[in-house]
Amino acid sequence: MALLEVEDLAVTFARRGQRAVHAVDGVSFSVDAGEVVGLVGESGCGKSVTSLAIMGLLPKQPGLRVGGKAVFDGTDLLQLDDRSRRDIRGRDIAMIFQDPLSSLNPVIPIGLQVTEVLTRHRGMKGETAAKEAAALLDRVGIPDPKRRLKEYPHQLSGGMRQRALIAMAVACQPRLLIADEPTTALDVTIQAQILELLKELVRDSGTALLMITHDLGVVAGMCDTVNVLYGGRVVETARRRPLFRQPRHPYTVGLLGSVPRLDAGRGEKLNPIPGSVRDLLPWPDGCAFAPRCSRRIDECVGEPPELVQAYDGRSYRCVNPEPVPGTVPAPREEESA
Amino acid sequence: MFRFIVRRLLQLIPTLFGLSLLLFIWLRRLPGGPETAILGERGTPEMRAAIRRNMGLDEPILVQYGRFVRRMIKLDLGTSTSTKRAVTTEFIERFPGTVELTITAMIIAIGVGIPLGYLAARRRGRFLDHASVGGSLIGICIPVFFLGYVLKAIFSENLHWFPSSGRQDPTLGATRVTNFFVLDGLMTREWDAAADALWHLVLPAIALASIPLAIIVRITRASVLEVLNEDFVRTAEAKGLTEQTVRRRHVLRNAMLPVATSIGLLAGGLLSGAVLTETVFAFSGIGAFVAEAIGQRDYPVLMGFILIIAVVYVLVNLLVDLSYSFIDPRVRVR
Repeated sequence: MALLEVEDLAVTFARRGQRAVHAVDGVSFSVDAGEVVGLVGESGCGKSVTSLAIMGLLPKQPGLRVGGKAVFDGTDLLQLDDRSRRDIRGRDIAMIFQDPLSSLNPVIPIGLQVTEVLTRHRGMKGETAAKEAAALLDRVGIPDPKRRLKEYPHQLSGGMRQRALIAMAVACQPRLLIADEPTTALDVTIQAQILELLKELVRDSGTALLMITHDLGVVAGMCDTVNVLYGGRVVETARRRPLFRQPRHPYTVGLLGSVPRLDAGRGEKLNPIPGSVRDLLPWPDGCAFAPRCSRRIDECVGEPPELVQAYDGRSYRCVNPEPVPGTVPAPREEESA
Repeated sequence: MFRFIVRRLLQLIPTLFGLSLLLFIWLRRLPGGPETAILGERGTPEMRAAIRRNMGLDEPILVQYGRFVRRMIKLDLGTSTSTKRAVTTEFIERFPGTVELTITAMIIAIGVGIPLGYLAARRRGRFLDHASVGGSLIGICIPVFFLGYVLKAIFSENLHWFPSSGRQDPTLGATRVTNFFVLDGLMTREWDAAADALWHLVLPAIALASIPLAIIVRITRASVLEVLNEDFVRTAEAKGLTEQTVRRRHVLRNAMLPVATSIGLLAGGLLSGAVLTETVFAFSGIGAFVAEAIGQRDYPVLMGFILIIAVVYVLVNLLVDLSYSFIDPRVRVR
């Protein structure tokens, strides 16, 4: 059984007098123990809301409705009360965020921000906690950890801050780590270092990682399984290799095609997907991507497309998918081991 | 830190110098003049000239100003034209009362304002929130003297819970040490005197606190609401910290930054607010004295008062800046 099984997760923001916004509209995916799973899509496709819903961190406001299930190790996280959630957060499931500077408390030293997790979940205090915090900083590659513990977030560089946040997240050796665009706010060189660090931590500790990103480079570099999100639903799920080699959903094809290439000829134009995420067809009326899709046919509108299960754990939500070369799609041994 | 304090104190000198110049020019340009205040409308021109000569008002303006500054440096603020006593002496006697009153008002404003603002933010959109936001609007709108009379009418004339005027019951014959009546009572172990002085402070302090209280409630509320949406609060929640830890360590501390700034500004303003409150409650502090001095055209007293307010403003804001550097490491001073 999967470590995390998200089933038909739906998040709706309703405001009086306005149409309800379906930020997440029936997302299903799973994360196995020790697996690295990617959640990919443009901004506004519901990736972050999905992760916050799993964590129970969506801003409490009237009109917020969360439906579906998020079963972690046998318990549905969405049904838990506040206290049990707090027990799980930081201990079994940890999370790191996009902007490391704003994600750290500016008026508290790094040390306390690390030790407070240790105190809360591992009952460590004083010297013991300080020692463990220094070890954690050391583990995420922060030099001179003893000194850094006394410093404040503004005294650290961007990369250091993200490392510190990672240290806080892995402090209790969680079984699942959710990383919401952890490298977006960082320089490219630092990005690579942080990804390398995450990979290493995941490999060494057996922690499962749910990587939320819009960056296909990140996906290609780390994920075992990839879920492509569009308009609040998963439109394609596949293992990494097959996905890159042979995307089936036209949106995935568009995403891969829109990545700028260094080896492209001079003057060659970029290849964006036309339109924007806002040109969205509500799922009940057909495929949300249809208004932007190059392979649209009449069947795309009217009925929501069903999820098609293909071989090799792949599934896609499209009535007119990208064809596979060779007429008969025969099951092959590909990345399944 | 030490150098910062010294630097800030040195900045007082040009501030005061500029202020003395402004005051001097402004007061001399006012119609009437002290001789009118002393003699009334009936004085003969000869009598007026004699008084002007006596007070040095006939000398060139620069000489007058030079003398004014020299005396100011020696803390000699001149003689009050109405009480005929040294302004400095008058102030030493009365200033402690005003300080007691302002500090009590500030304690009320902070002690009630911050928790109330915080709770309003936590219960956003619910009854307590609407009540405190609405109440604070009323607090800002009601003039201090009006509120003073209302409080007096209800709590002292009708309910007889609090005395209606003065700083202390004179029949107690309390010993004076510092002229801070509450402090004196504690120092001399005259507990009933201390309690009585405190009792006399309650109503005027509430009246004086009304505006700063209302402002602190609103600033705290807005600030807490803003901090609640900060990413680091989400991080703290993601760590699974208890609600209490998140609120105390992560929300409240950050929310205090703008509140600290506003407290500094309000504390200075309270001194001027004391003029009205003290008059209403016949509270013999500096405010009531100055209110009288205005009517009497008692220039030396007015000048002294304005100078004191300026000094207090600068000192209070120095304190605020120092406290700021304790709350926020990013502005830590060297």
